[in-house]
Amino acid sequence: MTDNSLSETLLAEHRQVLFRYALLQMRDPELADDAVQETLLSAWQGSAGFAGKASLRTWLIGILKHKIADHWRRSAHDPVLTDSHRLDAAEDAEADEDAFFMSNGHWHSGPSAWNDPEAAFRQQEFWSVYETCQNNLPPKMAKVFMLRELVGLEADEVCREAGLTETNYWVVMHRARLRLRECLEIRWFNSQKQEK
Amino acid sequence: MRSCREISALVSRGLDNPLDWRERLEIRLHTAMCPSCRNFQRQTQFMRKAARRFGADLETRFGKKS
Repeated sequence: MTDNSLSETLLAEHRQVLFRYALLQMRDPELADDAVQETLLSAWQGSAGFAGKASLRTWLIGILKHKIADHWRRSAHDPVLTDSHRLDAAEDAEADEDAFFMSNGHWHSGPSAWNDPEAAFRQQEFWSVYETCQNNLPPKMAKVFMLRELVGLEADEVCREAGLTETNYWVVMHRARLRLRECLEIRWFNSQKQEK
Repeated sequence: MRSCREISALVSRGLDNPLDWRERLEIRLHTAMCPSCRNFQRQTQFMRKAARRFGADLETRFGKKS
């Protein structure tokens, strides 16, 4: 017996975040579930390897990434959401925000009021518009946004994952919100508005 | 006075990081007069909710496709 300091319950607490993380990368619930199972199993067996330097979740995500990479290696498939280093020059440009503001810092065409937006949650078509808008984000931006808002990682965890400084992170998240907002407005909340 | 461009960036940052009282005050004063930034502020909160719901539904969403 090892002096296992990580109980199954403690590991299971992270299951949901790990699952969403895996699902975003693998796009298949069964594969994602397998990867998470394997991750929790090896974490439990190898908990001596957890030095407590990083947070438990960071450590678990590290293991999960290996499991996912193993899977792609075995299936010789292209990962859907490839890892980092894809920061397009275009994504990094200031121009992104310039599309929304005039040179004096005022909105070009400011956000209009949305009437009872949460009513949209009940409509199936809203969710396909939402998905389209989210997929329209440039890849790296989409990844950062999804890790934070869908998977539920903390901001500092996202920074580590995506190799961003805190300042870059805020900029990326802000641009993602500007774009997503604009898209939702044009495609759902105020369809009279013209696409730029 | 900060511009809409700066205020909206501050609003965004405030979703991930607690702002200090000065920044919060600046946002309040600005949004009191500026409907566009007020809309932006509400809508960023709405988008956060939407994204969380979407995240919670990921399983069924991908499940249906495969």
